[in-house]
Amino acid sequence: MGAQLRVYRQKIRSAQTTKKITRAMELIAASRIAKAQARMAASTPYSRAITRAVSAVATFSNVDHILTTEPEKVERAAVVIFSSDRGLAGAFNSNVLREAEELASLLRSQGKEVVYYLVGRKAVGYFTFRKRDFIESWVGETDNPVFDTAQDIGQRLVDAFVTPASEGGVDEIHIVYNRFVSMLTQSPEVVRLLPLEVVEGVEEPDSSDVFPLYEFEPEVGDVLDGLLPVYIESRIFNAMLQSATAKHAATQKAMKSASDNADKLILDYTRLANNARQAEITQQISEIVGGADALSSSK
Amino acid sequence: MARPLSVSLVSADSEVWSGEATMVVARTTEGEIGILAGHEPMLAILGSGEVRITLVDGGTVSADAADGFLSVEHDTITIVARHAALANA
Repeated sequence: MGAQLRVYRQKIRSAQTTKKITRAMELIAASRIAKAQARMAASTPYSRAITRAVSAVATFSNVDHILTTEPEKVERAAVVIFSSDRGLAGAFNSNVLREAEELASLLRSQGKEVVYYLVGRKAVGYFTFRKRDFIESWVGETDNPVFDTAQDIGQRLVDAFVTPASEGGVDEIHIVYNRFVSMLTQSPEVVRLLPLEVVEGVEEPDSSDVFPLYEFEPEVGDVLDGLLPVYIESRIFNAMLQSATAKHAATQKAMKSASDNADKLILDYTRLANNARQAEITQQISEIVGGADALSSSK
Repeated sequence: MARPLSVSLVSADSEVWSGEATMVVARTTEGEIGILAGHEPMLAILGSGEVRITLVDGGTVSADAADGFLSVEHDTITIVARHAALANA
């Protein structure tokens, strides 16, 4: 076998092996999307109930609460970045990191100091490689988020928020995550978590029903105290679930195109290999014919 | 008993129970509260403890709920808890 042909065959085999791997990863991601979507759906009643209650309290109480009032001067803003633990998901992580960078430069241009909280190994890697500081990170379960982590993150954020900026606290909290729009689209989203903004469109209660005048037990302030951390947690948990689902969808898409590319490579190399084989045969024939000619003419 | 209450009990990652009931007893931070149809709209912080739901047919469902709140409006009761589980009666 000629050297050229051997090289082509080797490349075909390598592309075939790669394709097997990417195909498997594609199928795994596809099966996980369904699971992740189901978890998203299961957590919807909770976040809807909380969102509804928070909007009710916010509309019907004139109480000044630290979590709802805008601070006069924002010195420091926290940015929470939700990335994934693993790559091989196309532009998933670079999108969310780029969005976070844009947000950070916007905040800096407004004279705010920016501190980071990171979720997922990819964001941590990005920051450590650039030797940049972050306050806290959570890694290891972005594929399958658990509520306890959301609770932990929420607790840290609320703690930092109630600490005055002069003592290292923050005045604003933003979250950046990939939202799962559809199997094909995942869009990076920036949401300001605190101070409370008008609640996101998706879970806003129907404008048709009017909030009744609530009786609060124990007091409005206490109810807000109890409710808002829960609200923050549920927003964070929702972001984690969205991000996980979007990650699986992104992986599936990336692995699908990798498998398709491998197919294309295999086809191209097969053609080249056939060509090389044919050229080899032609050469051998002409050598034999030439040899026979030389023998017969020398007689 | 004209209108039944529609009750849903949700925890962070799923809806634990939902259905119609005649009475709900829950423990708030202030103490136990019983809610019948026609109760005024209310938002209360839940203490940890048992939630008892009396069904329309007279049966009861009880659940453990902690860390959450309870909202009542128009005979719709939502009990939201970080951790909630049906007690095996």
